[in-house]
Amino acid sequence: MTIMASSTAIRPEREWNIGWTDVGPFVALIVLMLIGFLINPDFLSATNLANVITRSAFIAIIAVGATFVISSGGLDLSVGSMAAFITGITILFMNRMAAEWGMMAIPAGMMVAIVVGFLCGLMNGLIVTIGRIEPFIATLGTMGIFRALITYMSDGGSIPIDRSLRDAYRPVYFGTLAGIPLPIIISVAVAAVASFILYKMKYGRKCAAVGANEDVARYSGISIIKTRTIAYAIQGTCVAVAAICYVPRLGAATPTTGVLWELQVITAVVIGGTALRGGKGHVWGTVAGAVILELIANLMVLSDFVSEYLVAGVQGVIIIIAMLIQRFSK
Amino acid sequence: MSSVLRMEREGEIDMAAEPLRHSILRAEGVSKQYGSVTVLSDVTLDILPGEIHAIIGENGAGKSTFMRLLSGYIEPTAGTLALNGEHVRFAKPEQAQDAGIALVHQEILLAEALTVAENLFLGRELMRNGVVDDRTMLRLATEKLAELGCLVSPNALVRNIALADRQLVQIARALLDDYRIVIFDEPTAVLAGDEVERLLAIILQLKKQGAAVLYISHRLDEVQRLADKVTVLRDGKKIGTYPGRTLTQMDMARLMVGRDLAALYPEKRTKAAGEAMLTVRDLSVPGFAKNVSFQVHKSEILGFAGMIGAGRTELFEGIMGLRPATGTIELEGKPINIRSPRAVLDAGIGYLTEDRKGKGLLLHERLAPNLTLSALARFHPGIFLRRSREQDALRAAVEQYDIRLKSFGVKAGQLSGGNQQKLLLAKVLLITPSVVVIDEPTRGIDIANKAQIYAFIQGLVAEGKACIVISSEMQELIGLCDRILVMRQGRLRGEVSGEAMTEHNVALLATSDAAADGNVGGTK
Repeated sequence: MTIMASSTAIRPEREWNIGWTDVGPFVALIVLMLIGFLINPDFLSATNLANVITRSAFIAIIAVGATFVISSGGLDLSVGSMAAFITGITILFMNRMAAEWGMMAIPAGMMVAIVVGFLCGLMNGLIVTIGRIEPFIATLGTMGIFRALITYMSDGGSIPIDRSLRDAYRPVYFGTLAGIPLPIIISVAVAAVASFILYKMKYGRKCAAVGANEDVARYSGISIIKTRTIAYAIQGTCVAVAAICYVPRLGAATPTTGVLWELQVITAVVIGGTALRGGKGHVWGTVAGAVILELIANLMVLSDFVSEYLVAGVQGVIIIIAMLIQRFSK
Repeated sequence: MSSVLRMEREGEIDMAAEPLRHSILRAEGVSKQYGSVTVLSDVTLDILPGEIHAIIGENGAGKSTFMRLLSGYIEPTAGTLALNGEHVRFAKPEQAQDAGIALVHQEILLAEALTVAENLFLGRELMRNGVVDDRTMLRLATEKLAELGCLVSPNALVRNIALADRQLVQIARALLDDYRIVIFDEPTAVLAGDEVERLLAIILQLKKQGAAVLYISHRLDEVQRLADKVTVLRDGKKIGTYPGRTLTQMDMARLMVGRDLAALYPEKRTKAAGEAMLTVRDLSVPGFAKNVSFQVHKSEILGFAGMIGAGRTELFEGIMGLRPATGTIELEGKPINIRSPRAVLDAGIGYLTEDRKGKGLLLHERLAPNLTLSALARFHPGIFLRRSREQDALRAAVEQYDIRLKSFGVKAGQLSGGNQQKLLLAKVLLITPSVVVIDEPTRGIDIANKAQIYAFIQGLVAEGKACIVISSEMQELIGLCDRILVMRQGRLRGEVSGEAMTEHNVALLATSDAAADGNVGGTK
């Protein structure tokens, strides 16, 4: 029907136009916490919650990057093996430099991680945009490549971090600031920066436009190639930040590091409210999504209902249900 | 009593006085409500065999709803349908089809990766001995296409055939079953020139064969030529049914809008156009346009005529950097790099696409982000976007272009076609271009909005901009433009201006070789 307005007042845009996709993930989060509390009252203890959220930090950070890629209409399956690859390179670099540079090897290694992550993301982006290859196939390829590289670098075993660096690096994962675990602070910071980029900057608008309708974006003078490539580069950088937090957790990189993270990452983004076909990204929803996944895994461990070996299975079910909800709520 | 009111009453066909012919389909007092919104209210209509009955009305008048009711896509909330005097209910489109009602959709709904024949029988494949009977289907498809004068091979992939042929395939698909009533929903919206003629001939043929034709169109000239009866809907109500040939197009427009309209086209300026604004030399877009050169001047409206597929849209997509192209363009003497859409926009050429929904607006996005999308740089003084500036720009655009909306929070897809077009125009003009290219300025929008958009275009050239209008509606070009260039098969075929700007001359250049390579008596 035509929207016929009389010449009288047009309602102004409400600053906060809150829809179900905006609050859904947070409502789910709260419901999940209540269920957890009913099953096991220890669930809501500060220590347990802090533990769970800390563990979700890697996925949350990577998923924030994935929000850019998915919002711009892409997909990145390589994030898990890329994380393993960056972890390996970073540890090798730090170990190599530890003798000469001492503790300075740690920040230098972090810089290396960021640069490598950025380049890996850039490569994914260029293959997809310049090479015009379906994101699914392109990143399936690089996923194999990164996984092979970490397996090769570790000779099928593990790359442990040098003993001399271990204690100094430990706080990045195990430390706290004002009582809050560092990984939580880092992921909140990453999400905050991301939401500024996505909601307050020109690039965020372009990203959503490219994802919502490539033609409209092109006809509006927006470069699809540039916008998508940047999204993948942001994704790579986020993977690097996650890898930096991950190193001290186990103190080593192995061929199984980051296996199936892509499933968790994409699930987190989708249950966070970002449409898989592109469009507006929901950064904070994504973070909530990552926490939800870890909460469910934790519940499974605490409750004895379901074997914890089935965690990935449950996550698979969740992403499918989330997609079904997106489809039928349309 | 206004002249419109008098016309409404006196022009109407007195149904009681009509000899009681047997109506094949009768809608009696049908209404449709969605929640509290009434989109169709108490419409009674008789459809007779061997008669073309046009339904006209502005966007939102209820035409589409009425047609969907008749073809079983929706059910009326009140009122009844009677087929040959017997009550019928269509809960599904298939039931209407079985009853002999064929609907030709406005959009082309064909599977591009399948062949013509496969599309004709899609979902109702003929079977023999448990397998698909390709041979019979191929034979029937060939017959049906020949009947419609469509020359494509039934084995051709739909992807590879022209738009006009796809339209015919779609019609063939609708007419494959036995039909007694054929409903056409804006069938000529995507056609031009002789393709329209071909379609109109088909419709007249259907009539001659005794079918009842229901014809919905925005093109009043076609309605005037075809219709035996014209029913006017306005705001969901039937205003009346009138004998087709006695109504002029202006009468129809008045009845649709419900008030006297000022002239549809603004008065042309008498002042001569200024110096050259945009110069295009030897522009080629591989596969679409070849060696096109032209100039458009300050304060001039230049029209581009031609049939669908003549390469007009592609030519300008080439100029805008949206397609690979070769050649040079200069804006006020300065060469422009046509490799990058951004560079062309920034240089000051704006392009309003013919595909408003697919390429113009983000339908699920709100109005402000749509408005500012191609001019984002103007809305961030620092590194962050300034929302308040965007809202101010939206307010100004709504005011300036008379965009009707309920709230500033609505999404672009919720606006009516005419208001979407105005929003798109505002978006294109936000980059303050000195040359504005408008591709199909009024496709699918109602007459009141049309007149407004023409006035806006006239306003642009009055400000000293140059305007290029691409249109498949010849009358629009003639009514609006100072000069018309005609394209055929990717090349410029000639120019008409002044007295020589007639439909006949334009059509001649657009269709035949005879008149090619030369101006048709243009007065400069």
